[in-house]
Amino acid sequence: MTQLIIIIIYLSLLLGLGLFASRLFRGTSKDYLLASHSIGPVLLLMSLFGTTMTAFALVGSTGEAYAEGVGVYGMLASSSGIIHSLCFFLIGVKLWSFGRRHGYTTQVQFFRDRLESDRIGLLLFPILVSLVIPYLLIGVIAAGTVISSVTEGAFANAFAAYDYGVPNWLGSLAVCGVVLIYVFFGGMRGTAWANTFQTLVFMVLGVITFFVISDKLGGLEEASTRVQEKHPSRLMRDILPEEEADYQTSLKKWETLAFYNYMVKEKGLKLDEQQIADAQAAFKPRMPNWKDRAAGAYAAKNKLVTFAPDSEEAQRARILQDDRVMPADGRFMDEAGEPLPLASFPRQSRDVWQAKAREIYGNRIGHPSEEGKWTHKKALGIYRAMNWSPEAPHPMGRLKFFTYLLVPLSVGMFPHLFQHWLTARKASTFKLAVVAHPIFIMIVWLPCVLVGVWATSAIVDGRQVIPPHFPPNAVLAMLVKQLSDPLLGGLLTAGILAAIMSSLDSQFLCIGTMFTTDIALHYNRDKEFTEKQKVMYARLFIVAIVAVTYGFSLFEPRRVFTLGVWCFSGFSSLFPLVVAAVYWRRLTKAGAYASILAAAGSWLTLFAMSDFGLNPNFTVAGMMPVVVMVAASLSALVLVSLTTKPPSEATLGKFFRN
Amino acid sequence: MRYVVPLLVVLLLIFHQDDWFFGFYKEPKLLFGFMPATLLYHAGISLAAGITWYLAITFCWPKGLDEVEPESTEKELQA
Repeated sequence: MTQLIIIIIYLSLLLGLGLFASRLFRGTSKDYLLASHSIGPVLLLMSLFGTTMTAFALVGSTGEAYAEGVGVYGMLASSSGIIHSLCFFLIGVKLWSFGRRHGYTTQVQFFRDRLESDRIGLLLFPILVSLVIPYLLIGVIAAGTVISSVTEGAFANAFAAYDYGVPNWLGSLAVCGVVLIYVFFGGMRGTAWANTFQTLVFMVLGVITFFVISDKLGGLEEASTRVQEKHPSRLMRDILPEEEADYQTSLKKWETLAFYNYMVKEKGLKLDEQQIADAQAAFKPRMPNWKDRAAGAYAAKNKLVTFAPDSEEAQRARILQDDRVMPADGRFMDEAGEPLPLASFPRQSRDVWQAKAREIYGNRIGHPSEEGKWTHKKALGIYRAMNWSPEAPHPMGRLKFFTYLLVPLSVGMFPHLFQHWLTARKASTFKLAVVAHPIFIMIVWLPCVLVGVWATSAIVDGRQVIPPHFPPNAVLAMLVKQLSDPLLGGLLTAGILAAIMSSLDSQFLCIGTMFTTDIALHYNRDKEFTEKQKVMYARLFIVAIVAVTYGFSLFEPRRVFTLGVWCFSGFSSLFPLVVAAVYWRRLTKAGAYASILAAAGSWLTLFAMSDFGLNPNFTVAGMMPVVVMVAASLSALVLVSLTTKPPSEATLGKFFRN
Repeated sequence: MRYVVPLLVVLLLIFHQDDWFFGFYKEPKLLFGFMPATLLYHAGISLAAGITWYLAITFCWPKGLDEVEPESTEKELQA
């Protein structure tokens, strides 16, 4: 309950801040959407940093480091330190000057003007909005997960299905509501202030979290040494032969269980009492399903399994044990006749395997404060750990690591960053953000990545803190819940929510601004709108987009990191367009259309090929899909621009003065 | 220095690919008892990026931008 109270106090503080900022509102749409270009260096740094560091930075980086290892830092944090500042310096400052000179509020306004095409907005607008919505979803889903995890047991009787804590849907709803209220009333000024406050909160509390968790794990050295012993591959980007051998041993043991269960269910195998006694006497470990494992080992040793490990029946056994879907086309083997990897078969929906887990462990589930009772999450975790195949260690390939460099280019096309850039008081306001951004990224990401890899091997009081197959999105919240006292746990949760909300606010405001400026006002330009009406439109659109995003968040979530990478890749694929618009006189309207269509087409094709984001390790010839998207967009832009009519001298004179 | 800064940015991007030059990306080595070697290397890249961008804003900042004044009115933009 303490955590819940602290979360409520924190959310109330934010509301107060937003409402206070609204008292400084000057009543014009320019003030509501761009804070009248009055933001200074510190506020700009904090709001740009807070906006780019979302759930992706805290929850996603910890979860991904838990799943993939320390290479995650090089892949996204150190690369972002170089690329983000490069974008601020080369794109941001230039766009600020165009925005200041010609009065732009949104990207679409700039592109319409630069490309001499009104209809470019109709193409660009839905693409930008469609890419921001998954980005918003990352925050909304993560907020619900975090609040639900840390409030387990807060209620005596209510929300039993959510382990007597705040349900995910309610946590997400509360966060959406708070952000909506302070954006609604405070506009850009309220957002910038709230971002600054929240950035400070999550940076300070993030560092505190790091030291609290390391202390509980026996100190920095103890926590890292344990990873070095149990999961050394998480400390590098390659796999040690010993770890691969351990995995193969675990896989063989798991297969004996899978084959035995298949024999029992499908072939009617039944061990007699003597065989069961012999099997159990010969089996040493005592985990929750040890009797089945003992029977499996006995069946394998005494050749009671009637099919070979490389047969189709063995594949069926593996798929059943791993709760995956049987192939509709009956294809279990590859072209060489070898069994296809298990990852080729999608996992059954959560409802199906969770029902099985509850059937097995239902009588053990109860209130977390009751002695010997498990939470739903724990029961599901134990089910996964006991039934599913061991997680295969995999290296972070060189090509994948190299091509990840293209993902941070996305900031060049984030519509919410465009809007933040325009709030700057003058061009030199950007200087602090350009220099401090890489350092700030390091301060946030370094502890998160370390905590994530520690989670793979964390043991407290002889018990593993994070079991195998644990959902990466919930790793940080689980560590905070398990390794800190309620007061600190509540504060640390507030820090995580701060990181999430400091991005949500800018994105909500940005989408509201785009609808108002690029659609409502643009297509009613023959009508006169008062400043009050313009602000009202923006507010109505903000309410609508919050409602739509919240609705989407209620569907089955993907891995936060995976969803983020797809969304960033989409923005990166539009990066050639913004660079050319700013620096290449020869860019034409047709070239821009071709580039946008190539980017959208390649994105949709590759996203479908990755099972709509369900395959987190999807690559194209070992490279990140973003390479294909950027290549398609860039080549279409250059080829079509060079073969079509250049822009008018008037337009070139407007954007290329020197 | 105006010409050195772009070179430094390119060098940062090259050195970011630690596997082109160093072998520690495939060693689970801990420095100072707790810090994975490859992680410390990339933290160094972050610091180097901060220094490079400081040099960029000091020596390569475009001149005259702070004097930019609005030219188009909002009505012109809507049209």
